[in-house]
Amino acid sequence: MTAISIRGLVKTYGATRAVDGLDLDIETGEVFALLGPNGAGKSTTVEILEGFRDRDAGEVSVLGADPARADRLWRNRIGIVLQSSSGLDLLTPREILTSTAKTYAAPRAVDDVVAAVGLEEKADSRIAGLSGGQRRRLDVGLGIIGRPELVFLDEPTTGFDPQARRDFWGLIRGLAAEGTTILLTTHYLDEAEQLADRVGVIAAGRLLALDTPANLGGRASEEATVTWLDEASGRHTEKTSTPTELVTRLAEQYHGEVPELVVSRPTLEDTYLRLIAPHVGQGSEPIAEEVPA
Amino acid sequence: MNALAIGLDRTLVELKMYSREKEAVFFGFLFPVLMLALFSMIFGDGFTEGNAAEDGVTAARFFLPGMAAAGVMLTSFQTMAMSVATERDDGTLKRLRATPMPPMSYFLGKVGLVVVTSLAQFALLLLVARLAFGVELPTDPGRWLTFAWVFVLGVAGGTVLGIAYSSMASSARAIGALVIAPTLVLQFISGVYFAFADLPDWLKQVASVFPLKWIAQGMRSVFFPEQWQRAEMAGSWEHGRTALVLVAWLVLGLLLCARTFRWTKRGTT
Repeated sequence: MTAISIRGLVKTYGATRAVDGLDLDIETGEVFALLGPNGAGKSTTVEILEGFRDRDAGEVSVLGADPARADRLWRNRIGIVLQSSSGLDLLTPREILTSTAKTYAAPRAVDDVVAAVGLEEKADSRIAGLSGGQRRRLDVGLGIIGRPELVFLDEPTTGFDPQARRDFWGLIRGLAAEGTTILLTTHYLDEAEQLADRVGVIAAGRLLALDTPANLGGRASEEATVTWLDEASGRHTEKTSTPTELVTRLAEQYHGEVPELVVSRPTLEDTYLRLIAPHVGQGSEPIAEEVPA
Repeated sequence: MNALAIGLDRTLVELKMYSREKEAVFFGFLFPVLMLALFSMIFGDGFTEGNAAEDGVTAARFFLPGMAAAGVMLTSFQTMAMSVATERDDGTLKRLRATPMPPMSYFLGKVGLVVVTSLAQFALLLLVARLAFGVELPTDPGRWLTFAWVFVLGVAGGTVLGIAYSSMASSARAIGALVIAPTLVLQFISGVYFAFADLPDWLKQVASVFPLKWIAQGMRSVFFPEQWQRAEMAGSWEHGRTALVLVAWLVLGLLLCARTFRWTKRGTT
């Protein structure tokens, strides 16, 4: 089953092709991370899928419907986690969750959502007094209160402290375990690696790579880097496709422990930076429409 | 839930937010009452002899219709223009649009807010006029009927025109200046603070294009002695023309709303 299907999507702003012939399928129940530098067309693509922007060309289907002609029934099945806004400052989390729940056909219980996003202690305090992380969790609560089949998460953990991010990931895994399809955009590669079943990298409005986090860009078969410190000749670095063999040889040479031994494979971040390198600095300046409000 | 039930829920949410915003309560809600009290105390001596005294018009009674008209404009047009522009700017509208809420429910919520606040404001205004300044309120049901339609048309028109006007602002910061300056000028030239008859003719013509002059005139016909209509431009209350102008502005406001309303900021579609 396909939750989201994109064929030949094009969106231009003046002379800039923000999205330039994008093809992508996202399966039902999948957690998909969309990665890319600022101005790559991520936010534009997501906003088209959410029904907030018109497209210039291409076919888009989200839960079987064209988001450009979205109706209430379609919105009832979608959850959008938007960037925090100050417009809620005068209300409490419970008040806005309760009111938002009333617009959905089969919402989750407000208390359940408050607990899921860990806002029990702040549920009846003015939102103006919430911390950045608490507000973001409220945004997620508002995105899932309607029991959506598909959730859009746009840079969900920007500004979180490390513990808050871990807690947040737990929340997202819980949603995924219930079968919710999740489309995530993020600048954090570790976040994508932790959460996503598949990642797509876009730059200049095109899809550069599409794979599981472990295999992206041929990452699994890339050479490993082995470094160690020799007392006489200093630090050594060797690239090899057979690191185990090298380490065994070194162990014999040093009679046991190899001094300061490190064996590393390219991280997702290394792979990502290599993929987007040709597209950064040329024609990928952030476009006005993607500057966060 | 249907659009009406969600609209009612929106009204309650809007009222909660309104009542918690101290600035709105002070400047929007209490402003006409404060001005009435102030003017009655400052200009009280000018109404102790002559025509006004003979006809039983005190300073408070003289300024009451103008303040009622100003209140209608403040709670409808000004509140709407400012709140909708702010909500568009800070993403509240986009957030609402992301839910299955019928768009009509949002507008019903706004209408509900304006109806409740403007009625409460008017009730307070009457209470202060009667109890603090001893103004004789009309007992003739016909006058209250006039009040009812002037009030309803004024509030309805102000609400839709305010929502339409909110689209003029490129940001929430800009809307303050865009709203305050024109409404202040309009209040001065529409007979809210001064006797309309004292204005130069050309200014009267300008004011006659806008609804506030007609709301003020309608309110005068509710609270002033019958014979005072000779002081009006046409020498009468002109109820027919008042209704016509207010309905025309209401229809224009609805058309503008339908054509210009946006859920997201400019440059995002």
